[in-house]
Amino acid sequence: MALSNVLQTPAAGFNFDNTARNEALKGLFEGAQAPKPLKTGTTIAGVVFKDGVVLGADTRATSSEVVADKMCAKIHYIAPNIYCCGAGTAADTEKTTELLSSNLTIFSLNSGRNPRIIMAVNILQDMLYRYHGQIGANLILGGVDCTGNHLYSVGPYGSVNQVPYLAMGSGDLAALGILEDGFKPDLELERAKELVRGAIHAGIMSDLGSGNNIDICVITRQGVDYIRPYQESEYKENRKMKYKYRPGTTPVLTEKVVPLKLEVVQESVQRMDTA
Amino acid sequence: NKMAATATMMPFFDQRVSSKHDLVPDWTGQEVSTGTTIMAVEYDGGVVIGADSRTTTGAYIANRVTDKLTPIHDRIFCCRSGSAADTQAIADVVTYQLGFHSIELDEPPLVETAANLFKASCYRYREELTAGILVAGWDRRKGGQVYCVPIGGMLVRQPVSVGGSGSTYIYGFMDSNYKAGLTKDQCLELTATALSLAMERDGSSGGVVRLATISEEGVERRVILGNQLPKFSTH
Repeated sequence: MALSNVLQTPAAGFNFDNTARNEALKGLFEGAQAPKPLKTGTTIAGVVFKDGVVLGADTRATSSEVVADKMCAKIHYIAPNIYCCGAGTAADTEKTTELLSSNLTIFSLNSGRNPRIIMAVNILQDMLYRYHGQIGANLILGGVDCTGNHLYSVGPYGSVNQVPYLAMGSGDLAALGILEDGFKPDLELERAKELVRGAIHAGIMSDLGSGNNIDICVITRQGVDYIRPYQESEYKENRKMKYKYRPGTTPVLTEKVVPLKLEVVQESVQRMDTA
Repeated sequence: NKMAATATMMPFFDQRVSSKHDLVPDWTGQEVSTGTTIMAVEYDGGVVIGADSRTTTGAYIANRVTDKLTPIHDRIFCCRSGSAADTQAIADVVTYQLGFHSIELDEPPLVETAANLFKASCYRYREELTAGILVAGWDRRKGGQVYCVPIGGMLVRQPVSVGGSGSTYIYGFMDSNYKAGLTKDQCLELTATALSLAMERDGSSGGVVRLATISEEGVERRVILGNQLPKFSTH
């Protein structure tokens, strides 16, 4: 990409100059509302069960009132035994989890060990705390490692909570109601999947920012079962992918042919050298 | 109709205020705070520390079973109040610094050292941090000690100290019920009662009561669940 300023290479990492500018501009608005940052609604949930962890998410990504993506993947891969659900600003959750995944892969290759969930949590906490909440990522980390089955939530300011069941996003209140009612320690796999499905479903039904399908990810010692979609939305439209009209649909009323008169102004012959 | 009229009449529309048009309710943007009640009491031979278990983001309870009693070293704990992110970060930093110091010395660290490390971080970054911390523990030199490091980074040793948003409701109770020379069990009862009273009145405190006793023998932790808390009634 050609830069207008070639003498100064851009500084590495994030640039928060605009935050200072936005703060300064707030005072100029004089009572009218300052433009709000775009938030994506979501319902994500996680439950620790007897043999591992179940994570669930809806698949709607919104841009204000418009559904930008009906099948977006909110359960991100971190490591073979660790997955992360992300709520908040879509770009932030995507890139933060990718960075985390890269760092953990490098660690695995360097040390020859499988990463632990607490390591992922610490890396995320460090990074988000350093940016003082400017990275809008609300994450649910879940996984199974040699120390057991773990579920953590990490907030945008860098606060960490370890709990047996969690919901985050704009639909979290609805989802949490289902989880509080149905959760018991050491659930069986099918019961745990049903609980998470019910929680996400409650979020989808009660929150405008969540909707469409439900994705489920089951992580156990034996491996990962990423079921996408686990449950499809009952409101699916059948679109014709091709919109082609049969010849004759539009009747031709009149036809007029006008030949273009061209004069030869100049003629030059150039031999092509094929040697 | 009535709601909409009120909204447009408001002259200053702070970004924090939730409006009907929000797809995402505004508590998700607020910082996570441990609006809290924490307490620490010295007795002859150790300390008793206690905390509630509520963490809030605005009006929403993000975690109703938080553990605000964080171990810094084998016989030194801290009680955290204020911003959850800030206090977790400071506690991590001090745990590292104290652990390093202890290995260098080849001796268990002093509670006063831990308290000074907290003060150093809280005072230096006082403009950026919101952290009110109680440092409590046992060491061989001075026995059980409680140090208070409130917002701003002051450091003072006190025989009994309360902190957090719920502490304001129990100063009267503490002034009238604490006396020097209490036994360990009396301290536990005092702490549980004080925390229950604060949790009853303060909206930002609640959940369960977590207690810990730190002495030469070690650390003993217990939890008092919501339905087992002492009950009071003014009506």
